[in-house]
Amino acid sequence: MFGLMVTSLEQGLVFGIMALGVYITFKVLDFPDLTVDGSFPLGAAVASIIIFNNGNPLLALFFATVAGITAGCITGLLNTRAKITGLLSSILTMTALYSINLRIMGRANVTLLNSRTIFTYLEEWGVPHSWVFLALFTIAAFLIKSLLDCFLKTQIGFALRATGDNPEMARANGINTDTMKILGLSLSNGLVALSGALVAQYQGFADIGMGIGTIVAGLASVIIGEMMLGERSIGVATFASLMGSFIYRLSIGIALRLGFAATDLKLLTTILVIIALSTPKIRNLLRSTTSSAVSNGN
Amino acid sequence: MLELKGVTKIFNAGTVNENVVLRDINLEVDEGDFISIIGSNGAGKSTLLNVIAGVYAVDKGTILLDGRDITRMPEHERARFIGRVFQDPMKGTAPSMTIEENLAIAYCRSSRRTLKWGLNNKLREEFRQKLAETGLGLENRLNYKVKLLSGGQRQALTLIIATMVKPKLLLLDEHTAALDPSTARQINNLTEEIVLQKGITTLMITHNMEHAIKMGNRLIMMDKGQIVLDIKGSDKASLTVNELVDMFEEAAHRKFDEDRVMLRVSNG
Repeated sequence: MFGLMVTSLEQGLVFGIMALGVYITFKVLDFPDLTVDGSFPLGAAVASIIIFNNGNPLLALFFATVAGITAGCITGLLNTRAKITGLLSSILTMTALYSINLRIMGRANVTLLNSRTIFTYLEEWGVPHSWVFLALFTIAAFLIKSLLDCFLKTQIGFALRATGDNPEMARANGINTDTMKILGLSLSNGLVALSGALVAQYQGFADIGMGIGTIVAGLASVIIGEMMLGERSIGVATFASLMGSFIYRLSIGIALRLGFAATDLKLLTTILVIIALSTPKIRNLLRSTTSSAVSNGN
Repeated sequence: MLELKGVTKIFNAGTVNENVVLRDINLEVDEGDFISIIGSNGAGKSTLLNVIAGVYAVDKGTILLDGRDITRMPEHERARFIGRVFQDPMKGTAPSMTIEENLAIAYCRSSRRTLKWGLNNKLREEFRQKLAETGLGLENRLNYKVKLLSGGQRQALTLIIATMVKPKLLLLDEHTAALDPSTARQINNLTEEIVLQKGITTLMITHNMEHAIKMGNRLIMMDKGQIVLDIKGSDKASLTVNELVDMFEEAAHRKFDEDRVMLRVSNG
């Protein structure tokens, strides 16, 4: 049980960085961004190819993030300059990235088991092997969360939030909503790619198919978190996304322990998301029927 | 200070739905003018304001603000010196952000946004004072999310947002149309107060003939994409609603039977 908790925590945090990216586009910008299914493996591909060829792991993470930012930028440009609807723009980028990722990796799968990853790097610095994952992911996730919280409270952060909340009002107040969209998409996919780069090193390989279902996992994490903690403030909302990510991974872990096959996971994930989305509505329904029963019985 | 020369706007050009909404409009607005704009549906009033604000690009003509050609300037750039209040009270504010956050956005309307904090205690105090002056009771609810406010409160907030940083031009598009009569009166009073206090050049669209006559120094009537009437100063001050209706019929050469342009007599 303890092992399951630790693994879920590790996964919750590293995938949580991706969830924070999805939070930016889905909740702040109100933009349906499927690019993440492509930018997650993009980050993994860029990082693994550098690491496989004995490059510096920190540089690998840096370039992975830059690649993600570029992908987000492209989706943004397709939407704002070419005037393609948001959803379709993101699907186009995601689809193109499939081929691009294969090109970057040179093959469908890159193994990192014998390479010098960020973890080997940290172990060289003296971090014990059993704690290296949790330590790095905790620091990374909470550092990114704090920076994001601060950013969303700056003048530009306000402009980004207004763009997602009421673009007309934003423009009427001098905000270039096109630029804000591109900024939000870039930031988001940068984080998602970073997450992909860390996950590849965590699991010991990068695979062309590891991005499939990223958007579902991200949305599930954000929605579960929001359902549990609400949206009282920015700080609470971002923490909720990380927590939702942890609960999501824990649920998958439990499902696997119960004997479900890994191939069942997509179905189980869908059911989990449906439950998460329906619970508030069912709760409201129960509340209203109970109160009407009380007043009728009067 | 605002000059429109030969401005034409056509929607769906070349199709069966082609509609010439603005037809060769020439308009000169002087600094300090408070112009009421009236006219029947489809006359082009909203489109005129939208074209000045940059929401739509003109098909023909030029727009000059303080001598500067802004015809091709994008909407968000023009917003630096143009303030707007919309007909829909929900349109002028960001609903899931708080009152103080909305005001903070307004504060940066004509400046370059940076990574500085959007809010600080000094700004909060300033906002609290500004809100207190309006007498709406909002000064103690700075951290309320705007979606919790009523239509009238949101419209008042939009008015403050549009005028916090003094704009060169204020565009009001039937901004009290969606409010009940007493709230509408409150907002109109607030409008006059702010406009007079800050000396803002204002264009106000209204369907209320009484408001149109009472407020401002100039009145424009539009019909079918053209300006058919332009009265200023003492001529305007001595107008009655009936005279205005007669003038409208005369200028439009047709019987006045529009039910949208209601004659609200003694409504406040």
